[in-house]
Amino acid sequence: MAVDDSRAVLPLGACPVPQSRYEHILLGHGSGGQLTAELIGKLFVPGFGGDVLGALEDAATLSLSSGNGVHGPRLAFTTDSFVVRPLFFPGGDIGRLAVHGTVNDLAVAGARPLFLSSAFILEEGLPLDDLRRIVASMRAACAEAGVTLVTGDTKVVDRGKGDGVFITTSGVGLVPEGRSLSIHSARPGDRILVSGTLGDHGIAVMSVREGLEFETVLESDTAPLNGLARTILETCSETRCMRDPTRGGLSSAVNELASASGVGVELEETAIPLRAEVRAACEMLGLDPLYVANEGKLIAVVPPEHADRVLGAMRSHPLGRDSALIGDVVAEHPGMVILRSRVGGRRVVTLLAGEQLPRIC
Amino acid sequence: MKYIDEYRDGQAARALAASITRTVTRPWTIMEVCGGQTHSIVKYGIDRLLPPEIELVHGPGCPVCVTSLETIDRANAIASRPDVIFCSFGDMLRVPGSRGDLLQLKSQGSDVRVVYSPLDAVDLAAARPDRKVVFFAIGFETTAPPNAMAVWMAKKRKLSNFSALVSHVLVPPMMNAMLGAPDNLVQGFLGPGHVCTVMGESEYRPIVDRFHVPIVITGFEPIDLLEGVLRTVEQLESGRADVENAYARAVRPEGNPRSRQLLNDVFEVCDRKWRGVGMIPQSGFRLRPEYRDHDAEQIFKVDDIETHESSICISGQILKGQKKPHHCPAFGKQCTPQTPLGATMVSSEGACAAYHAYGRHLEAVATVDGAQAPLMSTAT
Repeated sequence: MAVDDSRAVLPLGACPVPQSRYEHILLGHGSGGQLTAELIGKLFVPGFGGDVLGALEDAATLSLSSGNGVHGPRLAFTTDSFVVRPLFFPGGDIGRLAVHGTVNDLAVAGARPLFLSSAFILEEGLPLDDLRRIVASMRAACAEAGVTLVTGDTKVVDRGKGDGVFITTSGVGLVPEGRSLSIHSARPGDRILVSGTLGDHGIAVMSVREGLEFETVLESDTAPLNGLARTILETCSETRCMRDPTRGGLSSAVNELASASGVGVELEETAIPLRAEVRAACEMLGLDPLYVANEGKLIAVVPPEHADRVLGAMRSHPLGRDSALIGDVVAEHPGMVILRSRVGGRRVVTLLAGEQLPRIC
Repeated sequence: MKYIDEYRDGQAARALAASITRTVTRPWTIMEVCGGQTHSIVKYGIDRLLPPEIELVHGPGCPVCVTSLETIDRANAIASRPDVIFCSFGDMLRVPGSRGDLLQLKSQGSDVRVVYSPLDAVDLAAARPDRKVVFFAIGFETTAPPNAMAVWMAKKRKLSNFSALVSHVLVPPMMNAMLGAPDNLVQGFLGPGHVCTVMGESEYRPIVDRFHVPIVITGFEPIDLLEGVLRTVEQLESGRADVENAYARAVRPEGNPRSRQLLNDVFEVCDRKWRGVGMIPQSGFRLRPEYRDHDAEQIFKVDDIETHESSICISGQILKGQKKPHHCPAFGKQCTPQTPLGATMVSSEGACAAYHAYGRHLEAVATVDGAQAPLMSTAT
């Protein structure tokens, strides 16, 4: 299927949104990889316009002062939808995920998360007991993260038109004066830290969804990262940027960083922490853990002189015990992520093309 | 992980690479047969550890890539029927037919499902007697036994709503065809480790005797691959040609006799068209006549398929080891894993897809002070 560039030529007066090479949305458009990036970059950003949206940060940060002043605290604002199946999985459920996901997007933007909204799309026939469990779980997650759910909405769709429950949470928080984290701020020489093992959430959910049984129960890592983020920022106020590598995994997060900052990234394969169970599951299924989703991990980009201190602080936090220094920001190969393999070779880590599909053999 | 980490040890890899460098005295062209081996070679940068005299070329050993366009189009035609639940291994979903792929059909409402075992499709047929469940049975000798078991099981359980669309391909006839071609460049083979766990070593002896080429049965980890290259080079340098097993922890000389018996009971050998290569006599499996009631090709009349293959794609030459992916003018441009033009870009096991996934097309722009970035780490 060749790309038909002629279709990007628009008739006079048409909406200035180039058509995708696909005529319909595929699951891959939600993978966090290349198709997601194309959908956002070629349809949503030009479709809506606006510099803040176009910056593609995990959360928008907005000045509260009138005029062009940038003094005083700023408002951080983000939104996220949750469509996980099954609703309840080892280590968490859709409710906890919906709170943590939005809290974490605020936290990695350097904000103190304060208030959430929650919109429920419920499928006809959903047992009320399931909804009670989800609500109780969300309440506990809010308490744990120190945020308050202050507004919401409910809609019900016909049986078969939803997956039990879809939840959209939005959140606001405050970014203190003088703090400015951005995916555009990485500089050559910076070090890249990750707060623990990768791929735990994606493999845990997938193993339940697909009925795959392993000798040990894999648990999702879903957790609120605002405490860990605060620890990092208190240790190093010059932290350039933090990301939570959710959909698309570490690969998407570091590729976005390389691209936005116009720098190269070099990762050390042997330094990337992975649980043995996740490694084994990925080996068995032919998946690459670099692309598997996380819900309780962050990456931090810090100046080299602060890296050891930040790593120590991260490891002293309960959610950062397995933190590791996994790579460097470099001036070479801007926009590109290179992995130094364990046997001494090098390869480029690209964005995921579509959904990761298990290999045949 | 036991039995994995030992085979990814950097020090051992460098020692093997040094042994290969000491052994080699002249250029040799070696083909790794399996797509899984290609994937590992590119993923770990194995080819970059080798001396320049060794040219590794990538064989047609990706079952997803070589499944013929006609078969993909038949699968799409069957999957688009409202009375069908179409089950497949994951990486077949992105393979483009003449008019789209299974993922696109799924997005338009067809019931297409990924299964991890063909027996899951059999269980689905038992659970859904109201629907026709079709399993896409493709692959080399490695995946053929469980697929044969699924059909055997469906017949035993009298599941008349289960059928398989079978398009299995066999390695030895393909190697024969390749070596018999006048434009063959391959001087030695890394043999297909997983295939040999089922079929054993004996099928490869006639090839060695006829063409005087070394075949070293090789695994998939970095150390396996380097060991396979070393043993192939040792044979080439000494003028020997033999079948050697460098994957003894998984491959027995006789293979797996019970699996082979099952294959013989359920399948018969037939001519098979390979995407990018063409028709190879006696190179496939199809269901025996006694399994006709579970043969999707017999049940669904999808013979009148007209196919349309890209004219730019050079996957045929890539599958025969005559060209590398980056020699194709469309590589990384019109042809990407999202918009594959041909066989070798459609599966992660394909040579083009492996090159693309690991950024070989981007490395030309990775420069240091205007020079090509070093592709081997000096870190120890």
